[in-house]
Amino acid sequence: METTHKHNAIILRLEKVKKYFPIRRGFFQHTVGWVKAVDGVSFDIEQGKTMGLVGESGCGKSTVARLILKLLETDDGNIIFKGRNIGRFSEKEMKPFRKEVQIIFQDPFGSLNPRMTVGQCIEEGIRILGVKRASARKERLENLLNMVGMSYDSADRYPHEFSGGQRQRIGIARALSVEPSLIVCDEPVSALDVSIQAQIINLLKDLQDQLGLSYLFISHDLNIVGYLCDTISVMYNGSIMESASSEDIFNHPYHPYTKSLLSAVPDPNKKWDVTLSLEQRYESDAVYDGCKHQKKCPWVEKQCRKNPIDFVQVEANHFVRCWKTKKSDLKVI
Amino acid sequence: MDKRPKSHGTPLLRVENLKVYFQGDGKRARAVDGISYEVHQKQTVCIVGESGCGKTVSALSILGLIPSPPGEIVSGKIFFSGQDLLKLDEKTMQNIRGNQIAMVFQEPLTSLNPVFTIGDQLGEAVSTHKSMGAESLKRYMIQLLSDVGIPSPEQRLNDYPHQLSGGQRQRVMIAMALSCDPDLMIADEPTTALDVTVQAQILELLRSIQQKRSMAILYISHDLGVVSAIAHWIYVMYAGIMAEQGNSDQIFRSPRHPYTQGLLASLPSLSKRGKRLYSIPGSVPNPAYKPTGCPFHPRCPHTISTCRKEYPNMCDYGHGHMARCPVLYEKREHTE
Repeated sequence: METTHKHNAIILRLEKVKKYFPIRRGFFQHTVGWVKAVDGVSFDIEQGKTMGLVGESGCGKSTVARLILKLLETDDGNIIFKGRNIGRFSEKEMKPFRKEVQIIFQDPFGSLNPRMTVGQCIEEGIRILGVKRASARKERLENLLNMVGMSYDSADRYPHEFSGGQRQRIGIARALSVEPSLIVCDEPVSALDVSIQAQIINLLKDLQDQLGLSYLFISHDLNIVGYLCDTISVMYNGSIMESASSEDIFNHPYHPYTKSLLSAVPDPNKKWDVTLSLEQRYESDAVYDGCKHQKKCPWVEKQCRKNPIDFVQVEANHFVRCWKTKKSDLKVI
Repeated sequence: MDKRPKSHGTPLLRVENLKVYFQGDGKRARAVDGISYEVHQKQTVCIVGESGCGKTVSALSILGLIPSPPGEIVSGKIFFSGQDLLKLDEKTMQNIRGNQIAMVFQEPLTSLNPVFTIGDQLGEAVSTHKSMGAESLKRYMIQLLSDVGIPSPEQRLNDYPHQLSGGQRQRVMIAMALSCDPDLMIADEPTTALDVTVQAQILELLRSIQQKRSMAILYISHDLGVVSAIAHWIYVMYAGIMAEQGNSDQIFRSPRHPYTQGLLASLPSLSKRGKRLYSIPGSVPNPAYKPTGCPFHPRCPHTISTCRKEYPNMCDYGHGHMARCPVLYEKREHTE
């Protein structure tokens, strides 16, 4: 991406990443089509910064997370982590990579092993890191628990003894145990109550300041993303529709989808106006040519149905996948 | 919108000092501990609170759906159109359920039976309360489905729940609830499992249905944003008690209970960027081990010694706005 001001080092770069899943039918399971879960996604995450990936369920954001963690192989495109293409990693190179990139899951109930104590769960990571001495491991465990705001006595207890918020803290401590530099947060607070959400968000922010972590923050909650993230990419149907700084996404959105998403979020401080999102018509997301948003876009025109739309730069560090942005009357659409 | 409910005369639903306790393991969980609220005709009344605060239990007890044992309605009265629902026998209750009070649940996939078509299930709901011939039943069902904005309703009648999207399933549930023209619809977190754009559509649907049918809605949610968008009147629940009540302006612009204030301060938004989010310390108490006095006192920044001992009184801020926090009420009188 072109730059207008000086950038930090880029820790993760996705270049036109694609992942298609086959649709199989019939007795012999012939492939009859493809689900383009991730269809040419590109973005950068800067060192020490947070990028938000927003979109509705089924838009492919979790698939992106799994591709970055290399839990799935990409079909096409490159994922470059700290200057190296992770697609070309050998078995031996994977192990250090796994330490560098960690994930925090949405469901704090399903993501911790119920048969392991909290201590065992976190210590596993410390051992993998190569800390051999038991006393050193214990010290590190105590450190980690303190870091996420839990006391050392919780190490001997089992996950079911904790509340959702505490379990999410344990999940964070486990992710931190191998000293990662990038953490993928897949809807980490959406299962939590409002008052607990704020605690976890503050914790993630503190840890970023202390440890210089970079986050990929996946969420459908625009308010949280706006608060926490430096840049936001809006994903729809497997493609990034718009990407810019949080301020620009909220204050000057270009893409019709971004606009309808923003208008759909009820905010206690504003009068709710949903006219935009209601103009959407229901149609299935079948495979078709042209813009991926055409079926739900209130401003769809003939041209949208023909050609794939390019991701164009409309302002410094603001990219949009909508041909209408090329017009001079941008604000009118 | 900003009128207090009392100006509408007798309420459609009035819950008085309701207490619902659950017994188990020799402990008593006071899930709902003396709450009172009113729903007036044509109004949307919201109950907001975190998980475990008793908001669902308070709604289920209106319909007599509290499993007993372990649950027990210890005391209280629930008046609906003048009659006390808690004194009715099961048969009369069945007639009211679905017919006059309908309910929409949170999870549309689990509340629809996967092995029956939409037509079967909707038809069952209608014919339980109305006698209709097969032809007119079908016509009525198609009308219902198109009322809730389902495209090509005729084909949808033969579909199974899994063939519909989450938003459409919720629309079917709403159609089912509307089938007998209820006076009151209880919606328990109907949009929690849905995407924001779909949520906006469902909320708008509820709003237009309410205007068309002049029905009252009791909306239960944990989402303050949603509540601010649709509520005429808001009740904030915490740990089984009513912490505060008021209209959206009063609740969102001048909250008077420390819990409401904390909740609002802890909402993230773009405008709070760079600032640290306020977070209410601690977590919601287990209903079996509730603190004495004010249940919020262990998490409250304004706690004084009486909070630990005495159950707080409702303090009246005028225009129906009330909060159960005498400490802040005292402070207000000194400053204003």
